[in-house]
Amino acid sequence: MNKNSYYGLYFIGAVLLVLPLLLPNSFYLDLVIRMAINAVIVLGLNLLIGFAGQISLGHAGFIGIGAYASAALPSQLGLHPMLALITGAVAAGALAAILARPIFRLKGQYLAMATLGLGIIINVVVRNEAAWTGGPDGMPVPPISFGGFEITGDKHWYAIVASLLCVSIWASINLIDSPFGRALRALHGSEVASKVVGVNVERYKITVFVMSAMFASIMGSITALYIGFVTPNIADFFHSIELVTMVVIGGMGSIYGSVLGAVLLTALPQALATFEGWETVVFGGILMLSMIFMPKGLVPTLAARFGKRD
Amino acid sequence: MLAEFLQFLFSGITVGSIYAMAALGFTLIYNSSHVINFAQGEFIMLGGMLAVYFTHSGVPLPISLILAIALPAIVGLVMEKVAIEPVKGAEPVTLIIITIGASLVLRGLMQIWLGKGTFSLPAFSGEQPINILGATLMPQSLWVLGVTALVVCCLWYFFTRTLHGKAMLATSYNRVAAELVGINTDGVLLLSFAMSAALGALGGILVAPITLTSYDVGILLGLKGFVGAVLGGLGNGLGAVVGGLLVGVLEAMGAGYISSSYKDAMPFVLILLILFFRPSGLFGGKTTDRV
Repeated sequence: MNKNSYYGLYFIGAVLLVLPLLLPNSFYLDLVIRMAINAVIVLGLNLLIGFAGQISLGHAGFIGIGAYASAALPSQLGLHPMLALITGAVAAGALAAILARPIFRLKGQYLAMATLGLGIIINVVVRNEAAWTGGPDGMPVPPISFGGFEITGDKHWYAIVASLLCVSIWASINLIDSPFGRALRALHGSEVASKVVGVNVERYKITVFVMSAMFASIMGSITALYIGFVTPNIADFFHSIELVTMVVIGGMGSIYGSVLGAVLLTALPQALATFEGWETVVFGGILMLSMIFMPKGLVPTLAARFGKRD
Repeated sequence: MLAEFLQFLFSGITVGSIYAMAALGFTLIYNSSHVINFAQGEFIMLGGMLAVYFTHSGVPLPISLILAIALPAIVGLVMEKVAIEPVKGAEPVTLIIITIGASLVLRGLMQIWLGKGTFSLPAFSGEQPINILGATLMPQSLWVLGVTALVVCCLWYFFTRTLHGKAMLATSYNRVAAELVGINTDGVLLLSFAMSAALGALGGILVAPITLTSYDVGILLGLKGFVGAVLGGLGNGLGAVVGGLLVGVLEAMGAGYISSSYKDAMPFVLILLILFFRPSGLFGGKTTDRV
């Protein structure tokens, strides 16, 4: 990683600053907010998939924990929404930590199974515990306010989410360049070899998994607070798959790839809405084609094409 | 009491047989390519939906069934040729995304062609339930069990007594070594996709008269088949059959005795527990890795 890494961040920062002035209406502002939320989640997931080489097919479960913590805890227990957000993140992190120890003894495919199972269980629980979660119909989320100042409307949320995205990119770049990041990449290269040179493989994997779960939970809370309503769909299997797809299409192990993947795949359903009924087919087709022709993902493929490093 | 238990057991074994066939499908493809085929569930859906379509358009039942198995097998072949072979050796996640893409395409196409409705297939030999110790067994369940047993026997014969089967086994043990002794491993891969698609479709046809079918039944059936395959130790054929049956039985028992609204979560709770205490499944061997 060299200084080039920051140019992308400056570029994204600049775009995020001018974008509100250029967007014609709130429909596009809403789209950009959702892109930025997904980008932060995907950054966290990419640390796990792209850098630590571990697959999670149940990340939407963690998003669901955060979203429902923000929905249920303030209305049922009278918790402050900020406290609810933190509680959700801690719960998601704790769950990830408890699961991580036995699961990370396993390799690739088994981990995929375990995370997939976890995601589905969380989704089923959310659908069934109607007293807490409103069941399949979902429930409203009370707004968040600090000392009488209520965060509401697209403009507030845009500012929050845009700053969060820039901070996350900055943090990811630094993390990858730190001893921790190098250990992660070594781990992806060869687990046994990195063990031999003294990397505590298990601890690193657990840390990354817990971190990405907490990332997901916090962004789940923010999604819920922003939209003002949660439904079980936020925690379903297809959402998990969408997130993994964003990582892979953008480019595993590529920070700007995560952002690009999130932007493209969040916009895709909107673009496909004109296909009336063919959305699923076209979406699936795009997934297949992009993986067949660019198995490494967009950013790494393009970077290789133009002779630049990511 | 006993009647209730038997009732749950019957329905568990019936559904479990379908999971077992799906699990066998996962195992076949996993063994020849280390791909987890997330489109396996769609083959189950295709089998059921095509059988419904052909019988409703007046094609005689036996021919409908043959078509409903043959067409998904061709879909499997095409999928392998077009989407899997060109990216051989890619990261497992990449391959998983490709199979998920394929499953979305198949599901979407069926939704456009036959709509979002739920369809049923007439039972093969009547709807007169058989009474056993107070529990009832549908004749269709016997069909499911019988055909599953037959399939398992055929596969056993295929893998132990025929050259193609042995070539497939050899490829699963060591691909390079298999190529060195002259086995066409690309052909093996192609065959494994056709076989698992046919297995899935067969399961989908058999179960359609009992559970009904629609364009989206493949998702959960496929995932539960995957649970069965992992439960038995991924890559182990006998394990897949036992795993699939176990998933079915435990799901039925859980739904009956604990909570029917948590039915769909049972297989996944089970697999998490198993992975905690026996990380490589019930029948999986220990694996070692080279640096």
